[in-house]
Amino acid sequence: MNLPVIIKFVIDLLAVLLLALGIKGLSKVKSARDANRLAAFAMSLSVVGLLAYYLGTSGIAIQSWIWIIIGSIIGSLFGAILAKKVPMTSMPETVALFNGCGGMSSLLVALGVAIFPISNSVENLDFFKSLINDVSISVSIFVGAITFTGSIVAMAKLQGWLSTPGWTQSKVRHFVNIVFAVASLIAFFDLINGNTSSIWLLVIVSSLLGIGVTLPIGGADMPVVISLLNSYSGIAAAAAGFVVDSQLLIVAGAMVGAAGLILTQVMCKGMNRSLVSVLFGGSLSAQSTASSGSGEYTNITSCSVEECALTLEAANKVIIVPGYGLAVAQAQHTLREVTKKLEQNGIEVVYAIHPVAGRMPGHMNVLLAEADVPYEQLKEMDVVNPDFPATDVVLVLGANDVVNPQAKNDSSSPLYGMPVLDVQEARTVFVIKRGMSAGYSGIKNDLFDLPNTSMVFGDAKKVLNDLIGELKDLGVGEK
Amino acid sequence: MSFISLLWVLLLGSLLGLELIGKVPPTLHTPLMSGANAISGITMLAALTLIVKAEGNVPLLIIGSVSLGFALFNVVGGFFVTDRMLAMFSRKPSNKK
Repeated sequence: MNLPVIIKFVIDLLAVLLLALGIKGLSKVKSARDANRLAAFAMSLSVVGLLAYYLGTSGIAIQSWIWIIIGSIIGSLFGAILAKKVPMTSMPETVALFNGCGGMSSLLVALGVAIFPISNSVENLDFFKSLINDVSISVSIFVGAITFTGSIVAMAKLQGWLSTPGWTQSKVRHFVNIVFAVASLIAFFDLINGNTSSIWLLVIVSSLLGIGVTLPIGGADMPVVISLLNSYSGIAAAAAGFVVDSQLLIVAGAMVGAAGLILTQVMCKGMNRSLVSVLFGGSLSAQSTASSGSGEYTNITSCSVEECALTLEAANKVIIVPGYGLAVAQAQHTLREVTKKLEQNGIEVVYAIHPVAGRMPGHMNVLLAEADVPYEQLKEMDVVNPDFPATDVVLVLGANDVVNPQAKNDSSSPLYGMPVLDVQEARTVFVIKRGMSAGYSGIKNDLFDLPNTSMVFGDAKKVLNDLIGELKDLGVGEK
Repeated sequence: MSFISLLWVLLLGSLLGLELIGKVPPTLHTPLMSGANAISGITMLAALTLIVKAEGNVPLLIIGSVSLGFALFNVVGGFFVTDRMLAMFSRKPSNKK
């Protein structure tokens, strides 16, 4: 062993250790931010290690440097700009986009090696070695392509650029996806047989498979899919590690793949869904239009901001239920002002956080944290649900499906079985909403028809601003 | 590296990943996902290897460079965006105490 090899070995080992500590630390609130930086440091360390190794052994040609610098600058620049500019509301889409690009990168590496065999990989290989080479290239392309197209579809759906086509809800989609899967298997065997051109078939059908699998999934299941695709991109990285013979890549990829799988499971549990039903059960949205989109609202009570303020003033305990609408209206700071006033008046204020409120788990926590809401006031669903009967006023802000009592009462509803917040058990419920449009699932919300529910129509931010004015007039929060 | 030892590396890496995450508070689901996602951009090392070993093969250099760009987009963007999210959590305790 010469020096560059030893140095690279030590650096790789250190990088793996730091990455593992980083992932571990990211699962605890206290250590998360430092852990993220630690992981970033470990990644840069691994790049330095690799470059140092090549400088010490084969050397790096000027031409290579040029292409390294071009790729790095463009990629990093766009990544950094997007990360700084993107609003907090579209975090899920952003993660999906980044993830898809990681998958694309693994795909390109495998494709490059497949088309132009690099030194030390394919020349003079015995049968066993070239088989391994072909298998790792195929896996890397297959998983990389699924990750890429799947993530892009997920992003487009979350952005609202794509809706769920009707045919994807029928049994046809299983047939179509099986055809894609079988076709990729055929391309795979053809490739092993030495037919290099079938690699393009593999690229195409696995890309189509990624689209076919992700397209039918919608609504609250979307975050789970992104988490699963994140796990895939780890697997793709590990496969790319086999292609270029890098242990560090294999370890890091396997770690992310496995950790992503666990996280996916944790998220499924939070929604009371199984991974199988997320992947193959179809989306809630399209079923609803067929089955229980039935019924007009019959008993809507709408009320003014003034009434709302009067009721709030007389309350002892208020629970806020935030949702995606709050995020869209960017009303978290205004909401915080309202709750501050209420608290100064001795009213107990708690925020009920549904596991999938917003478009991603933790979405609301991030948003409310931004507005300096104390951590202890955020209550998870299981903790807060028993409190609703003893609550005077519930303010539903831009949430819809997560407070739909249909999920508990109506076994024919597509939402049936999804855990919801039992807001209807509170004495009074105010729903602040722009209009009577349905939620993300497209389903009528029975809550709006209940006698103890009043609708306050308007943009969340504007209504909350008016509410501050009304509360001021009532002298709330001014001791 | 022999294939068998690479398989061991794969196995141990997976086991490590399974053990790393136990209970995660829902608050951290998004940042954790985003952070792990940034780490999966480690394929940038494969892209680098490709470029270094291209030996003047221009199409391969271009593929490697594009691949490197995609990977770094994932890595840099992923870490920054995770940091932005986490910054909102960590600000509070310092305010209070």
